[in-house]
Amino acid sequence: MLTLTGLSKRYDTGDLALQDINLKVPAGQVMALIGPSGAGKSTLIRCVNRLVEPTEGSVVLDGQDITNVRGARLRQARRQIGMIFQNYALVERLSVMENVLSGRLAYVGFWRSFTRRFPQNDIKQAFHLLERVGLETMFDKRGDALSGGQKQRVGIARALMQNPKLLLVDEPTASLDPKTSRQIMRLICDLCREQQLAAIINIHDVVLAQQFVDRVVGLRAGKLVFDGDPKALTPETLTDIYGEEDWALPADDEDEQASAEAVIIPIGQGGHP
Amino acid sequence: MSRGGAGLGDSAAELLRLTQARQGHWKPLPLVRDSRLRWFINLSVLIYIVLAWYSIDINWGRVAQGMDRGLAFIASFLRPDFTTRGGEILSGLKESLTMTFTSTVIGVVLAIPVGLGAARNIAPLPVYLFCRAIIAISRTFQEIIIAILFVAMFGFGPLAGVITLAFATIGFMAKLLAEDIEDTQREPLEAIKATGGSWLQWINYSVQPQVMPRLIGLSLYRLDINFRESAVIGIVGAGGIGATLNTSINRYDYDTSAAILLLIIVIVLMSEYLSGYVRKWTQ
Repeated sequence: MLTLTGLSKRYDTGDLALQDINLKVPAGQVMALIGPSGAGKSTLIRCVNRLVEPTEGSVVLDGQDITNVRGARLRQARRQIGMIFQNYALVERLSVMENVLSGRLAYVGFWRSFTRRFPQNDIKQAFHLLERVGLETMFDKRGDALSGGQKQRVGIARALMQNPKLLLVDEPTASLDPKTSRQIMRLICDLCREQQLAAIINIHDVVLAQQFVDRVVGLRAGKLVFDGDPKALTPETLTDIYGEEDWALPADDEDEQASAEAVIIPIGQGGHP
Repeated sequence: MSRGGAGLGDSAAELLRLTQARQGHWKPLPLVRDSRLRWFINLSVLIYIVLAWYSIDINWGRVAQGMDRGLAFIASFLRPDFTTRGGEILSGLKESLTMTFTSTVIGVVLAIPVGLGAARNIAPLPVYLFCRAIIAISRTFQEIIIAILFVAMFGFGPLAGVITLAFATIGFMAKLLAEDIEDTQREPLEAIKATGGSWLQWINYSVQPQVMPRLIGLSLYRLDINFRESAVIGIVGAGGIGATLNTSINRYDYDTSAAILLLIIVIVLMSEYLSGYVRKWTQ
């Protein structure tokens, strides 16, 4: 589905954000990308849909090399890749329905989108997705009238409106409370499995990632340092990824309380914001 | 400034602050760290003010003379004369209002593409520089100077006025619009771009909703600026109520001038109220 070969990114400032990344994500696989802040997780997923231009290497989506495509073909490629953001990235002055329908922009012409006259099937699909994420009564509400969790659900619906083959998910739960975080992660992973979507999920919360994903990839200072089953994450591999720390967390505890504590402990010790 | 030269002296001062803070003595850091430089700046400003004061040459005799005329002008506000030249005032006002609306609409419509081009976060560098140049040219010259040029080009009358105001509106609106676009949230812009929509769709879905309230507010603000300016540029021959005002002042017909000024104040107040209302409604 997605193949990254020798992908590197050097920013204009000279910082080497990614170094020779080789990664294959098969269809239908939900993959978590973990690593400390500044490891290059956001850069990596933005290189896939070319919001960031990679310096070297290639991005191949479904057999098509999209590393250097431009104009209409770039938009064609982006339309197959849904994206979900940390701060939801809703256009807050647009209604929920407009936000969801904006996922169809690459499928309709300018005048149709400008006058908001989307095809009936698009509207049906949008409503269906809103039902699926539990917000069907909110479609006329403005984006800024929603809570964080609701905004993220709209963000998910917008990404799925593109009928994507691949989802890029950037810290979907970083701004949410522990319970909503779990609900959002479950929703994203369920939807991926229902629709056989591949997904790359950047996530800070290792415990949460382990509970929901098929595969974990660890990034440290722009290099891949771990790739394997979520169960294979040990204190040693976590030290490889994040650096020295007491990793004695109740990692395989399914209890909600324990996972909430597990979130809190590293914050206190690691000096997280 | 010279952070590279931060040596022993700096760290000693920091150490002192640290010990003082530990004992409970703390004051915010001054804006200018170096105390000698700080005193030098304060003293220079003081000396400049004193010198500047002595350089002003006031002819008190002339002030006393002019005071009478000034008082007569102010006194005429107590008995404004709306009727004697009522017809001229009315047609001047109508012309000014027409000029104001036409020039604002033309100016705003032309300012939108320039503003989009002048926002660094959405425009490529060459387009950005070109649009910033248009803005700079439009903003360099005060309306009166532009009006003199256009009156010379198109002759006396409201056409020169409309072109002047539209031209000034472009610089004003485009600059503020561009700044508002640069202040938009980056993430929605990224999100809409990631959907694969075209450039126009991207602008329409991610930029426009974010800047629309301010664009409407600024347009209304510019509308009342243009009305006030239309009164001023009338004086150099660009038509409108300014021409009527100028004639009345030249005739020492202060009662009519007062009437005109009062009308201008009322109209500006009305547009102020209107724009406040519309801005609240568009938020």
